[in-house]
Amino acid sequence: MIELQNISTIKNNQSIDLNEITSLSYNDFFDLTIQLFQQQDNHCLTYFAYKKDSGLQFIMAVGDDKNHNIILLSHFLKSSDKQELRSLSEKIFALHIFESEIYENFGVDFLNHPWLKPVRYAHNRFNKESQISNYPFYSIRSEELHQVGVGPVHAGIIEPGHFRFICNGENVLHIEIQLGWQHRGIEKLFLDKNNNLQRNLLAENIAGDMVIGHTTTFAQTMESLAGKYVTEQTQIERALAMELERIAVHTGDIGGLCTDAAYHLGANVFTILRTLIINFTQLWCGNRFGKGLVRLGGTHFPFTPELKEELLEMLLKFEKHFNEMAHVTYRLPSIQNRFDFVGTVTQKQARLIGTVGIPARMSDIKRDIRVSHPTFAWQKFPYQTITAEKGDVYARFLLKKKEIAKSIAWIRNLMKNYQFEASKTEKPNYNLSLQPEKLAISINEGWRGEICHCAITDEKGELKHYKIKDPSLHNWKALELSLRNNEISDFPINNKSYNLSYCGHDL
Amino acid sequence: MINEVKVIYHNGKQYIPDLRNVKLRAPFRGRPEISTAKVDEQSLVDICPLGAISRNPVSIDLGKCAFCGECAFAFPQKIKFTQDYKLSSNIRENLIVREGENHPILFDKSKIRKEIKNTFSRSLKLREVSAGGDGSCENELGACGNANFDMGRFGIEFVASPRHADGIIITGPLTENMAEPLQICYDAIPFPKIIVLVGVDAISGGIFDGSPALNRIFLDKYSIDLYIPGNPSHPLTVINGLLDLTR
Repeated sequence: MIELQNISTIKNNQSIDLNEITSLSYNDFFDLTIQLFQQQDNHCLTYFAYKKDSGLQFIMAVGDDKNHNIILLSHFLKSSDKQELRSLSEKIFALHIFESEIYENFGVDFLNHPWLKPVRYAHNRFNKESQISNYPFYSIRSEELHQVGVGPVHAGIIEPGHFRFICNGENVLHIEIQLGWQHRGIEKLFLDKNNNLQRNLLAENIAGDMVIGHTTTFAQTMESLAGKYVTEQTQIERALAMELERIAVHTGDIGGLCTDAAYHLGANVFTILRTLIINFTQLWCGNRFGKGLVRLGGTHFPFTPELKEELLEMLLKFEKHFNEMAHVTYRLPSIQNRFDFVGTVTQKQARLIGTVGIPARMSDIKRDIRVSHPTFAWQKFPYQTITAEKGDVYARFLLKKKEIAKSIAWIRNLMKNYQFEASKTEKPNYNLSLQPEKLAISINEGWRGEICHCAITDEKGELKHYKIKDPSLHNWKALELSLRNNEISDFPINNKSYNLSYCGHDL
Repeated sequence: MINEVKVIYHNGKQYIPDLRNVKLRAPFRGRPEISTAKVDEQSLVDICPLGAISRNPVSIDLGKCAFCGECAFAFPQKIKFTQDYKLSSNIRENLIVREGENHPILFDKSKIRKEIKNTFSRSLKLREVSAGGDGSCENELGACGNANFDMGRFGIEFVASPRHADGIIITGPLTENMAEPLQICYDAIPFPKIIVLVGVDAISGGIFDGSPALNRIFLDKYSIDLYIPGNPSHPLTVINGLLDLTR
């Protein structure tokens, strides 16, 4: 059996030769993975398969949060062998979604998988007979229970997804979330389009509410494949934009939660405060969501001293109004009563399903890429993770407020200690030549949680595989668990408190 | 209570009084203008990641444009993005901006169905369906109703059920998996009803054009009443488009 210290490891935003990745037999891979996940500091960043030569190449990336490393493991399944493997999910449930995805895409059967179901009905799935209209829902036979189906088209202006509740009266025993409606074939498009500007635009459209998060991760992945890194200022600008995105969306979410708790003053005020932030982003790059800001190799929109002045002024105004409104909102008995002890996910459950981002930190799990695998900006300007304990809607509501304050403080510190000059940036460069036979991986803490992009090149330096992981992939399960033994009418506040991505999941 | 009154007082009036004439600041990218300057047209055409630019004459199809601005960065003497946010039209061809023709995007009022003006000019309720939308257009449609843009003042609102709606507003490139739910939703809306496409993804498929995961047959079956370009469409673009259509 291979020793742990002999496994291939890299750092965030680095690339590695494909033949340097530790390759194991499935039995060794199985044992080693179980050994790795006994450490609480290790969690799975991504686990996927792609077609190679005469079989399937499996790659797993494990984040070692303590030592700031990414551990890479691989195994190979020949197409002449029986297409079945012993499921790891039985032992490590957090891997369930990755195994399900491989099962759906390639038809590999994972024996004893507790919940082997279609993930997103991708257009290139293995079994075309499996249709989104006949998803195998979990059901309980009883005369006292009833089912409630909601979606895919919802009452609000949101993306589509189907929720199936099994209820005993008002009480939810089980909810199953069926996704896939948003599937656009985006991972395949990264390979089909050989123009890097097109790929850059694709990355912006992975999830339109986390544009900076995904596009930055994409750019870092491609840049490390090319072995060309952007200037320090550009890296810092990307981090700044990511924090602004976090403040904007968290503020909107707090407003949304107020709407769902029928507190209209809070709903209105927080929504207009979000406008301040996204209008600043528009002033910076011309788009309220930051589309156009992050580009391969450089930027069209360097952060200038004039922008710095406007930003600091805007933050001052934002903070004043935000704190005044929050002071009222967070003390309201009706809000506290509505959110407290609703939709609780315990730390044990959160660890089991492998949550990331706020859904991890709400249960006192210190999982934060800015701290555990910091990119340059967060190495230079460190960030301290904050957590909550209760894991309920109120914990998520509170954490969003606290993270806004933290991000503002981080930005102020950055503004005070860094000199922005347009001359310290470069124009975008789409003519990257990628190194052949490499794997590059990049992770970032977007506002929704951990984003992971992984790209692999072939012997000619063309993209062979592009794998995206949106944090929602892990976190949808948390929403399902939240609803158990809650009233069905608590669904909207739970859903809003997570604000998960449909298109990021469906890709 | 007193603290809440203070909040209201301190935030003041937030709505934009005249949504027709807002001055947006650069670098916001609205309607482009194409000069008659001579440039290497082929490389201009090639630079567009979405194939929105054509030659003879040089033109940009806003139905295909993601407003990324790459063409203007490469050929600043040829292409300039103005801050004009009124980008919508009821005619697909009118979204094409040609060189030397610097005029607002035109609405052909004579082509608007009579029943639209008669029925919806004072109240329009819409059902939004996201069919592969990335969330940004959806967010902007939500923002149309907030205290800043306050689309409700015109009697235009989004409703929870197609049964309550006068029309459907579609975002996203229309995925195969959403084809059936979209059709069901449209069928459930009573006549007369309108169809509005919001965002480059809905109008032309955008960066997803040609993906095998899409199914855009729905758009071939019906005539579209309004095209609202953008990536995503700014709330001002959306509201002005809807107003031009209905009044």
